[in-house]
Amino acid sequence: MKSYSYRLLIIAFLTLICSGCANTLTALSDIEPWVKPYERSCLADPIMSMNRNPIAAAYTKHVFEAREGARGADGGAGGGCGCN
Amino acid sequence: MKLKSLNRTSSFALIVIFLFGVTLATSTEADEPQVNMPAPDFTLKSRDGNNLRLAEEVGNIVIVNFWASWCGPCREELPAFEALYQDYVDLGVTVLAVNVDDDSAKAQSMLADMDISFPVLYDPNGDVSELYDVSAMPTTVMIDRNGDTRLIHKGYKSGDEKQYEKAIKLLLRE
Amino acid sequence: MVAQEVVVVVTKYALLATLLFVSVTTTGAVLPEDRSDAMYHSYSGDGVTIDGPSILLRKKVGNTVSFSANYYVDTISGASIDVRAQASEYQEERTEATLGADFLHNKTLVNVSFTNSSENDFEANSYHLGISQDFFGDLTTLSMSYSRGEDEVRRRGDLNFLEEAQRQKFGVGLTQVISKNWIMGFNAENVSDQGYLNNPYRAIRYLDDDSARGFAFTTEIYPNTRVSNAFSINTNYYLPYRASIYGDVRYYSDTWGIEASNIKLGYIHTFGDAWIIDAHVRFYQQEQANFYQDLFTRADEFTYMARDKELSTYSGMSGGIGITYQWAFSQSFFLEKSTFNIEYDYMQFDYDNFRDVTTGEAVGEEALFGFSASVIRAYVSIWY
Repeated sequence: MKSYSYRLLIIAFLTLICSGCANTLTALSDIEPWVKPYERSCLADPIMSMNRNPIAAAYTKHVFEAREGARGADGGAGGGCGCN
Repeated sequence: MKLKSLNRTSSFALIVIFLFGVTLATSTEADEPQVNMPAPDFTLKSRDGNNLRLAEEVGNIVIVNFWASWCGPCREELPAFEALYQDYVDLGVTVLAVNVDDDSAKAQSMLADMDISFPVLYDPNGDVSELYDVSAMPTTVMIDRNGDTRLIHKGYKSGDEKQYEKAIKLLLRE
Repeated sequence: MVAQEVVVVVTKYALLATLLFVSVTTTGAVLPEDRSDAMYHSYSGDGVTIDGPSILLRKKVGNTVSFSANYYVDTISGASIDVRAQASEYQEERTEATLGADFLHNKTLVNVSFTNSSENDFEANSYHLGISQDFFGDLTTLSMSYSRGEDEVRRRGDLNFLEEAQRQKFGVGLTQVISKNWIMGFNAENVSDQGYLNNPYRAIRYLDDDSARGFAFTTEIYPNTRVSNAFSINTNYYLPYRASIYGDVRYYSDTWGIEASNIKLGYIHTFGDAWIIDAHVRFYQQEQANFYQDLFTRADEFTYMARDKELSTYSGMSGGIGITYQWAFSQSFFLEKSTFNIEYDYMQFDYDNFRDVTTGEAVGEEALFGFSASVIRAYVSIWY
């Protein structure tokens, strides 16, 4: 992307945020979370967990990282029961 | 993938605005049962097969607790309610545990294993949860003798049962 | 400038900005579950066997903090292709210990940890800080991480050899619940290293008519900085019966010219309440580092030279299966549940420009190298 058009995009975004601040935020707060806390039975199931077995996952990650050139961006958090 | 680098101030500003907007979006409090207003009435099937209606409990202090078998803090909280129930049931306090599991069988097998003597109601479709706009698991609603909501407690951390006990004592004195 | 700038800056200042918002909401998230795991791990491939234990202990104290400790050992024996090309078998042991703490405040979870890894010729210490924040009715989770590592590199048989390397990692992640059954995540991580970045035992080979084999070895020379960026997307989807499918894709590139991508797909199936089966495949491919060559024409051909197969052009695939048996205890028992698990993975690596010099074929025309490995994890976990 050319730096000129990208700069324009940033300025446009910031302007939108600042001038429509109150409107934007009100609109945002009207969006209700579409999965209620009491509807999370599937998300709370261990088979949907990103990290069901931490030391096994850490070991597998180490096996690959030691033998591959690539590293990073192999984590994950979130989902779950959303309790409290 | 090449992006023009954002200078530090505008990055920081963008992030602050984003987080602020999202945090505001998080704190929606529309349509929630308000404290000191009549608690919405409901009828649900209970563990022993009979229907139980909230309005029939007028005259008692009612603690409605929304819980699920898959929710860790909810499971921890149930024995604390059992202890409170044992202590105060003779004084006119009752606990109605509303289970929100999609599949009530899971809750039933869990209860078979626990010593719970207060009524457990099943809300598999989430109708009552929606009525009370349950926004955290677990949620505890305390209703006074006149049927008005007096306390809404979201979540559970060990030690919260002391707050419930304080509220019960206050409501008993009225 | 490049995406790395964005990732680094975003993480640095987002970490700070999030701390400003910790007290806004009145409800909270949950600490990691209390658990202990004891695992036996084993890797066997390319003439090398590496196995050992890994133990994890985790316990909450009160409502706001959870402590964890991990102890891990690798016992290495055998000789990989790199060793077979030059020298003989060896035995080694690496021990790694990690201590960590997780703090919970409303919907913010902060994790700090310290790891020490130690073997007779390598010592590494690293510090990690992670923050995650739940938003929007707990449907969105933003997480950021920062790590710092310091390595001390020695060489067996050379008492005067001592080098150092430092590493910094910045990561951001966003996880979004899309529906009752579907969750997706996005992660970006920037890693920058500086110092002595090669393996002191790895060597490049160059044409040498004076040598019996037609080539000779000399130590690799790597640049003393490396900056990399990785971006990944992952997803979990819950099927109409109690099962799920999951996948992730990652794209990687760094200043050494390595570009890599990988994709993983998995399926988890359950039988009753007690059995969980996980089957998965993963494909990986990478393009070589700029200064990599299997054979150089002379010992000082370029400023930077590498022959480490991890920097070559190659592709890898792995497929595996994991089986878990779970038993739940009565509510009044001190243990909540326990699992017994076995996981097996088969891995295949095929190099496009790394040759097997042990075959004795014509110099520069030896067969391309490839190997397979078996990885096993057997572990018992308890929750209390």
